[in-house]
Amino acid sequence: MAPAIDIEGLTKDYKVGFWRPRPYRALDGLTLQVTPGEVFGFLGPNGAGKTTTLKLLLQLVFPTAGRAEILGRPVGDLEARRRIGYLPENPYFYDNLSAEELLQYFGSLFGYSSSDRRARASRLLDRVGLGAERRMQLRKYSKGMIQRVGIAQALLNDPEVLFLDEPMSGLDPLGRRDIRALILELRDRGTTVFFSSHILSDAEALCSRVAIVAGGRLATMGRLAEMAGYELRGWEVVVTGLGADAAARLAARGIRATAVSEGRYALELPKDARPESVVSDLAASGASLVSVAPLHTTLEEIFVQHVAKTSSARQGAL
Amino acid sequence: MSLRTIQHIALAVFRESVRDRVLYNLVGFALLVIGTSYLIGQISAGEDVKIIKDLGLAAMSIFGVFIAIFIGIGLVSKEVERRSIYSLIAKPVRRSELVAGKFAGLVLTIAINLAVMAAVWYGVLGLMALVEPESFKKAWEAPATDPRMLIAVYLIFVQLAVVVALATFFSTFAGPMLSAVFTFALYVAGHFSADLKHFDVVVGNSPVRYITGALYYLLPNMAMFDVKNAVVHGQPVPFGYVITATLYGATFSLALIVASVWIFSRRDFK
Repeated sequence: MAPAIDIEGLTKDYKVGFWRPRPYRALDGLTLQVTPGEVFGFLGPNGAGKTTTLKLLLQLVFPTAGRAEILGRPVGDLEARRRIGYLPENPYFYDNLSAEELLQYFGSLFGYSSSDRRARASRLLDRVGLGAERRMQLRKYSKGMIQRVGIAQALLNDPEVLFLDEPMSGLDPLGRRDIRALILELRDRGTTVFFSSHILSDAEALCSRVAIVAGGRLATMGRLAEMAGYELRGWEVVVTGLGADAAARLAARGIRATAVSEGRYALELPKDARPESVVSDLAASGASLVSVAPLHTTLEEIFVQHVAKTSSARQGAL
Repeated sequence: MSLRTIQHIALAVFRESVRDRVLYNLVGFALLVIGTSYLIGQISAGEDVKIIKDLGLAAMSIFGVFIAIFIGIGLVSKEVERRSIYSLIAKPVRRSELVAGKFAGLVLTIAINLAVMAAVWYGVLGLMALVEPESFKKAWEAPATDPRMLIAVYLIFVQLAVVVALATFFSTFAGPMLSAVFTFALYVAGHFSADLKHFDVVVGNSPVRYITGALYYLLPNMAMFDVKNAVVHGQPVPFGYVITATLYGATFSLALIVASVWIFSRRDFK
């Protein structure tokens, strides 16, 4: 299957300094492919090259070297742009237009008829929870509302590939929950979602694959479960009604019980322990099981590990 | 380039511009000046209609330039600065269509505003024609609501289109403040460009002659669009002159828009 996004050796140098401009490499030889229909997380600390990559894919900036294709067409191709959606980081629109007018304007650029534009604008504003404020001028919108308008305009053309730059930025917990649900809904409909973020829990919850960039270079990429360092660390068993005898038996096996709330204890088992046997022992001693969960290395730990490695390698190269 | 896309962008610019508070303030102030010219006319016996004509045309020209500059610089540079251009560029739009659409949208805004100002101005002059005694009217060089004055209004419009093209050109590579300063500086310098042509008579130095000669052709000749004195005094403005000034304005604007497209199409939006 041809990749939805195909990037090869993409490099971008910016000129910095006023009197004697010198090149600053914001992105260094990025190569990656995104499969159609996957939710791909593009992660990295601030200044890692995430936004530069998105700008190169949207042709907001031109590459110094390398190439990129979207849906088999070169970046910037008008036909490809008809099939993509883009939410910039901290989007900003025209103060004096209403959300409805903005979406209708953008719809006209896709060549939709006026009735189609109206229908799309109405459906999407309802979808992002702005149906009641559709005729309000955008300068009166809050940051979170502008972010929602940004999402609506990105979905205007039912894109096959959706680029989201920090989509959760400016949203409250409810807004973030809505966007997560929306991304999963789009994934189920077969939309390819490429989103950049430094909020790792979002990537962990949504992405089938992630890439981590640091210092303009790709640090690691792959399925989270297969990623180096993403391994089973142990098990967490939560129980209630844990008696003193049972706690002592567990301690003798090297398992410590930590009180987490009134009458509730969390037990951390090593990765080679069999949680079933512990659970049956506890049940026999009168304790009740609340939950059993595997403990993985968090994405945050992988992230810190790879970012530190890439940053030190880059410093060494300099 | 798709004319339909340009039309959609132009209409959006128009819709956004006509709701701009800056525009309301400028047009409001211009209408106030035109309105109060009636009162000024009252205290200058015999010269009243001429004063209203002079002040009205000057107000249309000056406030039109302010509208062209303050809203014109927002077309591209503010859009880049505020990053609203990001979502727009991701749509199936060529950068050339974007520049052309923005220019066309502001020219449309200017045309409508100029029409409103001219209508109010003619209204004030019509009122004068009604209330002034016949003995006063005999001293007038031309009728109060002389339709030939529309030629001056039309040439102000052509001049403002050149100012919009200048603002668009500068805003493709400079920030809003610098764009405003550059545009206004060229607008002012353009009124004296005819003097540069005859600079060689004053200065014998040949490098200076070449530089002033080059500047004469580079700077927009804004004085070419100024026929206010002629129409106020009821003097005819030849049709050929109007055509020449229109072609000059159109060519100058087109050259600036082509240069704007060239720069804008190569620009990185950091």
